[in-house]
Amino acid sequence: MREFLLMDGYWVYVWGSWILTLVVMLGLIVTARRHHRRALVEAARETEAPLPARAAVKELS
Amino acid sequence: MWLWFHKLGSPPYFYRTAGRLIPWFAIPAVLLLVAGTVGGLAIAPSDYEQGDGFRIIYVHVPSAYLAMFGYVAMAIAAAIGLIWRMKLAFAFAAACAPIGAAFTFLCLATGSLWGKPMWGVWWDWDGRMTSMLVLLFLYLGVIALRGAFDDAAKGDRAAALLAIVGVVNIPIIKFSVDWWNTLHQPATISKLSAPSMTMDMLGWLLIMIVGYMLFFAAVVTLRLRGEVLLRERGARWIRGLDSRA
Repeated sequence: MREFLLMDGYWVYVWGSWILTLVVMLGLIVTARRHHRRALVEAARETEAPLPARAAVKELS
Repeated sequence: MWLWFHKLGSPPYFYRTAGRLIPWFAIPAVLLLVAGTVGGLAIAPSDYEQGDGFRIIYVHVPSAYLAMFGYVAMAIAAAIGLIWRMKLAFAFAAACAPIGAAFTFLCLATGSLWGKPMWGVWWDWDGRMTSMLVLLFLYLGVIALRGAFDDAAKGDRAAALLAIVGVVNIPIIKFSVDWWNTLHQPATISKLSAPSMTMDMLGWLLIMIVGYMLFFAAVVTLRLRGEVLLRERGARWIRGLDSRA
């Protein structure tokens, strides 16, 4: 296990690159979801559809 | 087929279809990425020269593929938008840009993390790295240019032109390692010659590449739904949407 974690002494670089990748991918999911929610709120507001807009604003807050 | 394609151009139909497609991209993406991670980190054998340091390839190469693939997809969509005035094509180009930029950043960052222990430097201004950095600037330029206009349609057209012009950088990235004497190694996987990796290493890399592609498809589709809504503000069909749709 220790050997696996140490990665031949390259652990900083190997784990660093995988953790960075994970963070960026999670960031992409979160921002894409937020972008969609915001668009839904804005679109609903402009089409005078108070109920979905209100529900989405509540969900965002 | 053409009828389906034509229907897909309709924003309400596309919005609903895209919503149904996301799980079909996301679930296999997660499964493949988990399998590729386990395989790449624990099952694939160590490299005889680089030891376990070579395992960065499993996140670096798929990021590089997606950075270039995302740009080409964005440029094709931009061209379709300019030629056939398809709003959905502009929306697709807008959705691709930030995701492609993120993968370009990942490619550069993981490449740097790989370069330091193997070459002794975090960065070198060689052909491959410099052209990849130019790709990141192109993505950022496309995003900034689109946002610089008050009129969204003008922003879309200007960003589309920049995206199309920037395609010239893609073959430069691809062939930079052949054209110039670079610190970066030549292509590991090539269509014209046998791969320079054994199958027990290459298999996990291919799994990661497919997983990344599906992940890209899922995130672009999610973002594209948002772009469609923003471009369709005021349309009647939005009135019937559930806030969780």
